[in-house]
Amino acid sequence: MVLIHHLLVQIVQMALVVALAPLLTGFVRKVKARLLRRRGASVLQPYRDLTRLLRKEAVVAENASWLFRVAPYLIFAATWVAAAVIPTFATGLIFSWTVDLIAIIGLLGSARFFLALAGMDVGTSFGGIGASREMLIATLAEPAMLLIIFSLALIAGSTQLSTIAAFMTYPQVGLRVSLAVALIAIIMVAIAENARIPIDNPATHLELTMVHEAMVLEYSGRHLAMIELAAMLKLLLYLSMIVCIFVPWNLKGPDAGYAAYFTGFASYLVKLIVGGAMLALFETATAKMRVFRVPQFLGAALMLGLLATLLRFVSRSF
Amino acid sequence: MSAPSLFAFDAVAAVLAIPVVAAALLALMPGYKATARINVAASLLTFAAALSLFVTERPAPGQYLLVDDLNIVFIVLNTFVGFTTSLFSASYIAHELETGRLTPANLRFYHAMYQVMMFGMNLAFVSNNIGLMWVAVELATLTTVLMVGIYRTHEALEAAWKYFILGSVGIAFALFGTILIYLAAQPVIGEGYDAMVWTLLVERVAAFDPALLNVAFIFLLLGYGTKVGLAPLHAWLPDAHAEGPTPISAVLSGLLLNVALYAVLRFKILLAANPEAISPGPLMMTMGLTSLVFAAFMLYRRRDIKRMFAYSSIEHMGIIVFAFGLGGPLANFAGLLHMVMHSLTKSAIFFAVGHIAQIKGTQRLSAIRGLTETHPALGWGLVIGVAAIAGLPPMGVFMSEFLLVSSTFARQPLLAVPLVFGLLVAFGALLLRLTGVAFGQPRGSRQPADASYLPMYSHLLLVLIAGIYLPPPLVAWFQHIANLLR
Amino acid sequence: MQGPVYFDIAHMLAGGLVLVSMMMLYQDRLYALLNVFALHSLLLTLSVAWQAFIQGAPHLYVTAAIALIFKVVVIPVALHHMIRKLGIHREIETVVGIGATMLAGIGLVALSIVVMLRVTPEADPLTREDLAFALSVLLLGLLIMVTRRNAVSQVVGFMSLENGLVLAAAGAKGMPLVVEISVAFSILIAFIVIGVFLFRIRERFDTVDVRALDDVRGRRRK
Repeated sequence: MVLIHHLLVQIVQMALVVALAPLLTGFVRKVKARLLRRRGASVLQPYRDLTRLLRKEAVVAENASWLFRVAPYLIFAATWVAAAVIPTFATGLIFSWTVDLIAIIGLLGSARFFLALAGMDVGTSFGGIGASREMLIATLAEPAMLLIIFSLALIAGSTQLSTIAAFMTYPQVGLRVSLAVALIAIIMVAIAENARIPIDNPATHLELTMVHEAMVLEYSGRHLAMIELAAMLKLLLYLSMIVCIFVPWNLKGPDAGYAAYFTGFASYLVKLIVGGAMLALFETATAKMRVFRVPQFLGAALMLGLLATLLRFVSRSF
Repeated sequence: MSAPSLFAFDAVAAVLAIPVVAAALLALMPGYKATARINVAASLLTFAAALSLFVTERPAPGQYLLVDDLNIVFIVLNTFVGFTTSLFSASYIAHELETGRLTPANLRFYHAMYQVMMFGMNLAFVSNNIGLMWVAVELATLTTVLMVGIYRTHEALEAAWKYFILGSVGIAFALFGTILIYLAAQPVIGEGYDAMVWTLLVERVAAFDPALLNVAFIFLLLGYGTKVGLAPLHAWLPDAHAEGPTPISAVLSGLLLNVALYAVLRFKILLAANPEAISPGPLMMTMGLTSLVFAAFMLYRRRDIKRMFAYSSIEHMGIIVFAFGLGGPLANFAGLLHMVMHSLTKSAIFFAVGHIAQIKGTQRLSAIRGLTETHPALGWGLVIGVAAIAGLPPMGVFMSEFLLVSSTFARQPLLAVPLVFGLLVAFGALLLRLTGVAFGQPRGSRQPADASYLPMYSHLLLVLIAGIYLPPPLVAWFQHIANLLR
Repeated sequence: MQGPVYFDIAHMLAGGLVLVSMMMLYQDRLYALLNVFALHSLLLTLSVAWQAFIQGAPHLYVTAAIALIFKVVVIPVALHHMIRKLGIHREIETVVGIGATMLAGIGLVALSIVVMLRVTPEADPLTREDLAFALSVLLLGLLIMVTRRNAVSQVVGFMSLENGLVLAAAGAKGMPLVVEISVAFSILIAFIVIGVFLFRIRERFDTVDVRALDDVRGRRRK
């Protein structure tokens, strides 16, 4: 019975992330439009885009290999699995004990790997550019992310997200500079990973600057829908992860009742709204940086990760 | 309170107050002749006040001020060289005014700053509070920064900027070290002013946390060591000496370096009194030897006469720091004597160099030749000065170097090798340059010098006397201090 | 007054200073650098004021006020003005790359933490942290001074270094007022000196790039 209950929570979580991801993207777009004094598309627009894409025929380039066709599903699957184990409204999800933070990074890394491969597969110049830039970003973003995870693990004594989230709610953790630094660093990494401004602009197709869009230029139909949904999931994943680590309030344990889950879910929604609005605000206020500056930006994130690890040692012993 | 003790306090107050009053007066007064005279008179009065410290009863060490055997020597030396330099400065500045390198407005600023600087240095010597000492050293440094840049040429600005940047690094390190000393003292002595009073610190230092003291001393040594001009941190020194007015070069070499050295010594005494702290000796010896050998080699490739003597100052500061680092009665005695001799000799050399550079209109060594032929008084003065600074007998510098070398051979024979090596290299470099400057084919302007020879020759005479005969009271006094320094 | 919250806020403010120092290393525009410096000083003000509150030392409020008035408002505004008036090149030239500089900065932070925590095992934890952070800020300020070629950014580096000193002085319990005022004074004096220099440099050449001065020297030595 307990097992079924746990399974049920897990399934709800899996469904939830997929259902919420387009909404979050739509919401961010809407807020951005409003900040620019445009009306903007409805927050439901991403759902419509996705269903339209799913209905359309998938056109595949003549010289594309099997990899090109398989990659979208692999990317989506890897991202989904990663997103399914992040505590959103409940900690201690049944699947989450098999996957810790490092594994989540690994899953996202493999999704990225396939995306880059698919980008190069057709042999167009744009795909190549996109793939090479993506890899450039990845080589810096992933070590930075790992360093941040190290510092978190040093503080919380675990790489398991549920444990970290539970630890963070202890009163004796208090305000820690190393945590603040880690937060800044993780936000920087998240911005780079999700191809947001100032690293990349998700709304343009400008040859000189695009990274993510360049790789998926050859995709259409359901393949494109998979990749787009995976990208949306990734945004949700990072936001949930930040929220879960740094604002872990009202996360429910694995054996809570339905009412408790409901309040947990409501507070999760509030957190998402606040986070999404802040992202939109930040993006509107920032200018995109030149591609050559990107390594510097991520280098700074890497340094901050290192600094967070260091500063942990001045903090009170936990 | 008896009357003499009251008078003694007045002497300390006078040493501090006269420069302040004079600075205010000089800042307000126009006209060159009168201000130069006031400058000299104020310096003379300060010197007299400092001398009176010998005879009057000393005040009990207070929260801020202190007079003891160690700092009387420094104060008297400081005010004496300050006085003779003001004499030299009067004739030097007149020439600068004629040639238009300085304007009357500059001059007013210059004289006021000169007295502020004297005040800062005197305050540093008599302060009993490590915070106050820091403030005083900084005050003296900042005024010299301003004076180094007074010509406003490219080079002068560059020198002043470099001096300022490196000096501020020194400022920062020294203050951080001071704060650490306070923190080490605070658990033992308690919060507040008492934990910064040097005499109290020395009494109770044995109970301080040694680890904190160690770190504090390293910061203090780096911080004040920058101002002493020790080797890795010396980069400001040659530029500042070469580009500022020559009286300032004389004061920098002869006095300001001593102020910083005095600060280092105070903290060395402090550290030595704590049995568990690191012994400051090896650190100081390393820095001293490095400076000595490095500067000795740098002497060879100089083309600017003031720059060359600036490197010579680094060399001698290295010797002095080495001597105090070696410690023990004999080496401390040698270090103290060497410090006095160096101040006197080096300022005398700068007096000569200042006039020479004015006559020749350049500081390039290659343009200055055959001085003994064209300007015998200046030329021979320079020859005697350089011979003294290079360590030739019978001058006082030879005496102190001899004492130091013999003491080193007795206690650390291995270290004596680089020491003697550095001394010989510097000796060779100085004599090599001297032959050209003093005895070569005369070159450049032959116009007679309008110089005041009194400051230069009085210094050289003192150095000569010290080399031949040291009066027993002075020896006893120095020995007493040497024991104090451990 | 002791307690986890008091401690935490002091910790956050002091640690924030280190973080902002790192941010200063990252800047490559003069105006941005000045703004970050103002933020740095603001954090210092808060930190000192908080120390004054915890220690019950009213004289520290004076230090905080001095920091607020001079370093948050007057100096950044004056430097902004100066940059505009003198038409100084607004990009900062660095001696080594920003990445390498930041790496060096991390090394310095590590060094100061290791040194300060090791020598003060018995001190009050607040003081220990404060010292470690203060030394980090000091060394980072030094790093800025060393790695920037532009005179204005060297000045900013110097002032951030002074901020570290003020932090250390404020963290040392019961340290007499003399020192804090003197610190403020020395900053003031230093600033006057610098101001004088900048204008004098401008009188002579059309740049405040210190490298131009080096060129002069190079020519002379030839």
